[in-house]
Amino acid sequence: MIYSLLLMLGVGVLAGVFGAILGIGGGLIVTPVLTLMLGLDIKYAIGASVIAVIATSSGSTIAYLKDEMLNLRVAMFLEIATTVGAILGAVLTGIVHATFLYFLFGALLVFTTYNMIRKLMNKNSDTPNVKADALATKLNLNGSYYEKTTGQEVDYQVENVPGGFSMMFGAGFASGLLGIGSGAFKVLAMDTIMHMPLKPSSATSNLMMGVTAAASAMVYFFNGSIKPGIAAPLAIGILVGATIGSRIMQRLKPRFIRMLFVPVMFYLGIQMILKGFGVTI
Amino acid sequence: MPKDSKAKEMHQVEMMIGYILRIGVVVSAIVIVIGIIMMLVQGTGGYPNGVQPTGFRSIFNGVMALKPYAVMMFGLFLLILTPTLRVAVSIYAFAVERDRLYVWITTIVLIILIVASVIGYLGH
Repeated sequence: MIYSLLLMLGVGVLAGVFGAILGIGGGLIVTPVLTLMLGLDIKYAIGASVIAVIATSSGSTIAYLKDEMLNLRVAMFLEIATTVGAILGAVLTGIVHATFLYFLFGALLVFTTYNMIRKLMNKNSDTPNVKADALATKLNLNGSYYEKTTGQEVDYQVENVPGGFSMMFGAGFASGLLGIGSGAFKVLAMDTIMHMPLKPSSATSNLMMGVTAAASAMVYFFNGSIKPGIAAPLAIGILVGATIGSRIMQRLKPRFIRMLFVPVMFYLGIQMILKGFGVTI
Repeated sequence: MPKDSKAKEMHQVEMMIGYILRIGVVVSAIVIVIGIIMMLVQGTGGYPNGVQPTGFRSIFNGVMALKPYAVMMFGLFLLILTPTLRVAVSIYAFAVERDRLYVWITTIVLIILIVASVIGYLGH
């Protein structure tokens, strides 16, 4: 009991730190550890990873709010697209072809990897140079955040709002239908499509992850998928890790965070494409 | 954008919201930690192997009987509620800012969230 308790706390801290920095939730680290290392049934692993997502979100959101890193308007506006998409996806399970969606969204993530590498090659890519579109101004989506590494207040504009909204709807739809996390797609929508800076994108994604997961968590909580012996120490570890991670994130150079994203996005993309072929890694 | 007094008011509201959220998360964490400590002290979760309380009633009864798993589940339930709390207080923040558009948008998000949660509870 002590061993699994300490393991869960440790895994939680690790998942929390990474989840808070990247804004993609903790499932990426938590699920493989639980299924591969502990041989836990996938049902309980999913239950635990939903708790992990909420703990990451709530743990890091507290710190972000104080530092005004996240964009609350973008979060709430896009959250409508995600949740409606997710509900529709859940309803249409079995009607829409899952294989096609795996290929489509896997390919999107691989493309994002390419896009992120391209941005890394271009030295000045993380200095904002984006024209606000009329819709972004009308919806008051443009914002600013404090960039700790340069000590500057960065004002940024948001563009291609319909594109981002559609992407979030699609991501929500895929997550509802396929039962996958959509954190990577949230960052994709904000960073790649709407051209928000990476740090607010990641912070905003983290908030949205928690809100989206909260609804599905109710299902898992009441159907017995959440094992307290595992989820409880995991949640505590993640809350601690996410608080630390969000503080670390503030000090990291956007360029470095982008480097972390490249292998993660590529891995997730390949994983999804393989799932389309019926291979689970 | 009118600055100074409004910016100051917004800042105060944001700090207050940050404080409320922090209390929400910390309370859920404390309950979970108490459950973990109880499990370490008692050496068991208080339930037969593979069994855990999942309904409101069984969790409530378990907490009253000081069963560690029930206390943990109660804490986890509070944790699950924190994003909803986040959305709810955001509505208030936008209302203070007199941003009617986002009061509506955020209210829609809250309604979707509550409806989905209720469906989740009823559909289990």
